[in-house]
Amino acid sequence: MTLDLALFLVLACIAVASALGMLLSRNTVYAALYLVLNFITVAIFYLLLGAPFIAMAQITVYTGAIMVLFLFVIMLLGAENLPAPNALPWQKPLAIALAAALFAEAAYLLIVKARSLGNVLPPAEAINATENLRQLGVALFQNYLLPFEIVSILLLVAMIGAITLTKKEKGARNG
Amino acid sequence: MITDWTLWLEWFIKALVIIFALLIGFAYLTYYERRALARMQTRIGPNRAGPYGLLQPIADAIKLIFKEELSPAKAYKFVFFLSPILTLLPSIVIGAVIPWGATVHWFGRDINLYLADINVAVLFFAAIASVSVYGIVLAGWSSNSKYAMLGAMRSTAQMISYEVALGISLTPVILLANSMSMREIVEAQRSMWFVVYQPLGALIFWIATLAEVNRAPFDMPEAEQELTAGYHAEYSGMKFALFFMAEYQKMIIVSAILAVFFFGGYLGPGEAQYPILGPVYMFAKIMILLFVMIWVRATWPRIRYDRLMSFGWKILLPASLATVFLTAVGILMFDVAKNALWMWFIPVSSMLVFAICVIGVYQALRRLTYERV
Repeated sequence: MTLDLALFLVLACIAVASALGMLLSRNTVYAALYLVLNFITVAIFYLLLGAPFIAMAQITVYTGAIMVLFLFVIMLLGAENLPAPNALPWQKPLAIALAAALFAEAAYLLIVKARSLGNVLPPAEAINATENLRQLGVALFQNYLLPFEIVSILLLVAMIGAITLTKKEKGARNG
Repeated sequence: MITDWTLWLEWFIKALVIIFALLIGFAYLTYYERRALARMQTRIGPNRAGPYGLLQPIADAIKLIFKEELSPAKAYKFVFFLSPILTLLPSIVIGAVIPWGATVHWFGRDINLYLADINVAVLFFAAIASVSVYGIVLAGWSSNSKYAMLGAMRSTAQMISYEVALGISLTPVILLANSMSMREIVEAQRSMWFVVYQPLGALIFWIATLAEVNRAPFDMPEAEQELTAGYHAEYSGMKFALFFMAEYQKMIIVSAILAVFFFGGYLGPGEAQYPILGPVYMFAKIMILLFVMIWVRATWPRIRYDRLMSFGWKILLPASLATVFLTAVGILMFDVAKNALWMWFIPVSSMLVFAICVIGVYQALRRLTYERV
């Protein structure tokens, strides 16, 4: 348990530091790399929580596919260096106010409402990992088959939409 | 109960053995490739250093260590330094989940001939393979040179495209083995290798891994004639050697994975009585699969870039989806009808899909060749 706690603390520091680095970096490629590091730490959090499937999916989908596309686009457009910050005059006070509100809400929930949030199962011992995977499959393809199919079709439609939007119409070139 | 520290020691030794095996495997794979290529081109190949040129890899290593390290003036130094390491790491990490054999009794205790038997090993492989693009992309970008950049661009597009087919072609294996653990996948092949059940799946997986490790005929990112070695054009000395090492270690690793998924892994005659034969069979299978890779390199010209893309998206992806569908149908009918003949529906139908693919490619090539507009 103490080893888990130590791991968690170190990982949490890395996660927060990489998130900050992503926000503060003036070079977009470095920002993307910080985000990659952040995603990997999140995947390790999932491993600590006894959810290897989600951890691997996190790495494959976010780190492996989406961030590579991000990097690809950044390099293709040659947009490595951001221009000097050109903030709107009212942006900073608004951002501070919103951040304070978010922080206050989170603190309220964590401190005041912590008792009424319900019991959280200790995840690591809840189910062993093989059963975990099986239950995930059963949940997706039997209990929630219809929502799963609807989400799939939604994603497909979004994909086709993206292709349609970027593709020039045949007649448009001459006109 | 075995004391904790011996377990740690066992893991440590096994990790060291895997890393050293990959290192030596890389060194002698270059020798193997040069000799085999030379034979195919009726040359002799390296035969000066040591008997039969066996010391050639060591001579090369010494040369590379003492070469001058150059880095371009406008390179992004930190990333430039980091990317060879990022390229090399994934291939070693995947080595941890490959089962090299079953369990042996040594020193009065059971020793598993693999480092980790994780139950999402197949996904682990997919995840690490998808991360391995980074090293190449960052190498191209941080060199700040147009040829390196072009090579990295090509490589990213190619690896993303073929990853899709690679991931989907893993699904029939999971369906057939009813597990994602590599060890259980191997054990499920005791009665029959999966390559017999799903020959098209094995072929798609193999082609996709060739593209993933940037081997001929998919070595677009390197393309000596056009890009002067592509993403690692600006690297020299040991940094270049690390890229080189990564490519050859990836060859070994994907051959091992292919052997595990489709060719029965460490299984072979007499393996059940003498588990120590497992790594020997594994080694033999990897050697044969590596030979096929070298053979392909010696025989096939590099595929043109647009054809590479259309082959990946228009042929490999639909074909891999078809293999998933047909495998699932075969297993479902086998479960419903309890008739073993339904299992043979899978190879027959997948060979049919293969024939359709071949005819499709042939027709498309004919059209491209003869219909000049």
